[in-house]
Amino acid sequence: MGNGMQSTIQGRVFKFGDNVNSDIIIAGRYLIYIEPEELAKHAFEMLGEGFPAKLREYDILVAGRNFGCGSAREQASTAIKGLGIKAVVAASFARTFYRNAINDGLTIVECPEVYAAVKEGDSISIALADGKIAHAGQEYSFPQIPPSVRKILELGGLANYLKANATTTGGA
Amino acid sequence: MGMTIAEKILATKSGATRVSPGEIVDAYPDVVMSHTATWRSVSVMKRIGATKLYDPERLAIVLDHISPAKTEKYAKDQQTSRNFAREYGIRKFYDVDAGIAHLVLMENGHIKPGDLVVGTDSHCTIYGALGALGTGIGYTEVTSVWVTGKLWMKVPTTLKFILDGKFAPGVSAKDLMLALIGKLGADGAGYKSVEFYGDALPDMSVSERMTMANLAMEMGSKCVFVPPDAKTADYLRGRLQDFSKYQPVYADADAVYEQEIKVNLADLEPMVACPHQVENTKPIGEVVGTKIDQAFLGSCANGKYEDLAVAARILAGRRVNPGVRLLVTPGSKQIMLEAMKSGILQTLIESGALVTNPGCSACAGDGGTMADGEVSLSTANRNFVGRMGSNKSSIYLSSPATLAASAIKGAIADPREFF
Repeated sequence: MGNGMQSTIQGRVFKFGDNVNSDIIIAGRYLIYIEPEELAKHAFEMLGEGFPAKLREYDILVAGRNFGCGSAREQASTAIKGLGIKAVVAASFARTFYRNAINDGLTIVECPEVYAAVKEGDSISIALADGKIAHAGQEYSFPQIPPSVRKILELGGLANYLKANATTTGGA
Repeated sequence: MGMTIAEKILATKSGATRVSPGEIVDAYPDVVMSHTATWRSVSVMKRIGATKLYDPERLAIVLDHISPAKTEKYAKDQQTSRNFAREYGIRKFYDVDAGIAHLVLMENGHIKPGDLVVGTDSHCTIYGALGALGTGIGYTEVTSVWVTGKLWMKVPTTLKFILDGKFAPGVSAKDLMLALIGKLGADGAGYKSVEFYGDALPDMSVSERMTMANLAMEMGSKCVFVPPDAKTADYLRGRLQDFSKYQPVYADADAVYEQEIKVNLADLEPMVACPHQVENTKPIGEVVGTKIDQAFLGSCANGKYEDLAVAARILAGRRVNPGVRLLVTPGSKQIMLEAMKSGILQTLIESGALVTNPGCSACAGDGGTMADGEVSLSTANRNFVGRMGSNKSSIYLSSPATLAASAIKGAIADPREFF
């Protein structure tokens, strides 16, 4: 396994509801940035007082259906990484966020059962290779990312993947 | 067992004879669009040390968000994009004067039926109005397609919508889509392809089809198709450089659909999406009288010539309410020119509208910024919190007709009394 992906991710969760859109994650006015640190300063600030500062106290975001819907802005996943969040577990993801997270090297897990079970501040442990999440003595399974796509995540994102595969690409 | 349109296009573009939903393929897009985000893709290219493009003819670049530049940072980023286009000989490069990327690419004949189009914008689904598979990706992935020519794609399942009947006066494609998004929800078509059929389609203009394919993204669609017909051919004749390449892709008669949804257009009424989610739709009667401070007529959803014309017909000889700022942004330079020649711009300006330069405008937070407590009615496709300014402002979405009626009244109004 490459440097971009830990085999087990554990920590405290912050919980969101359904349809968290990418405008909420990072507003359009900050798309002038691509650096994780800069984006993180403004992540979720549309939610008002306390954001994003309070999210820095958590390790994992848990959300309901359709996380990251709306704009295809890649900075949504970059901003979450910049906050120090190690993984996002959601009941489901919007497809653009799903792709961007993989391309950005942010671990994402689709698991509606965990969304239903956890509450804010709970600790969970994600065993990536096994496809299991442990929470409060229970174990939940999640579908693995397809192996061909998983390579991108394992290398820490698409830019690293492209560098590593430079000889097989058109020009790099 | 036959294939849907998405299955057929993904099979062709990945060199397979047939593909099935769930399968992951390596597909080669015909067009890779990047807009104001282009400089970010250029920065990734530098970071990975790539210097060659798979095929410069497949790139299309349009500087549409925040145009012209409003700060030095935007100016520098646009300069990076411009220099890249020049250095690599990108012929489909359009600068800040052109308008919204989606409309510019279609108007200029860069999109044809059966094409696979990816781009740095979720509303790439709009290309399905011409029978092309369009879908959004991030900027790093755009770099990847620039360099490798391909990307992985999962073959989606497909929903079939059958549209019959005719819209009542004052009801339009926007109302249809808001009704569907409200019914299916923001992820009702998540990861799925959508195909439109029915007796109503031959009468629907290409402009209406663009609104449909654009808005379908707001129910999560991966791609959307209006199967090409005589109207599609008419639109593309004179636009495509080589019309012999007009080769529509249709679904097989025995293609498999996940679900069929029937809609009678005559049953629909004007709809409004309330803050702060597009799926939060209500029939006009439930929101009539909601006071507005600003009305924005524009965006890739409803900034087209027909949209401006509908609003102008209602506003002709009337005045925008003194309590409302009416912002009109033509979707493209061609649209603006046409609206100027036909007198529509004059009608709008005389009624009290502020007409801006073409582009994404207020929908991308470029002008029309709202203060705390303000309310905007918009013909765009998103009403997310803070998208047009303060996170204590609100956005309602409607059709151009509802917008024009509301601009006159100073509050959300039923457009049917003007028809």
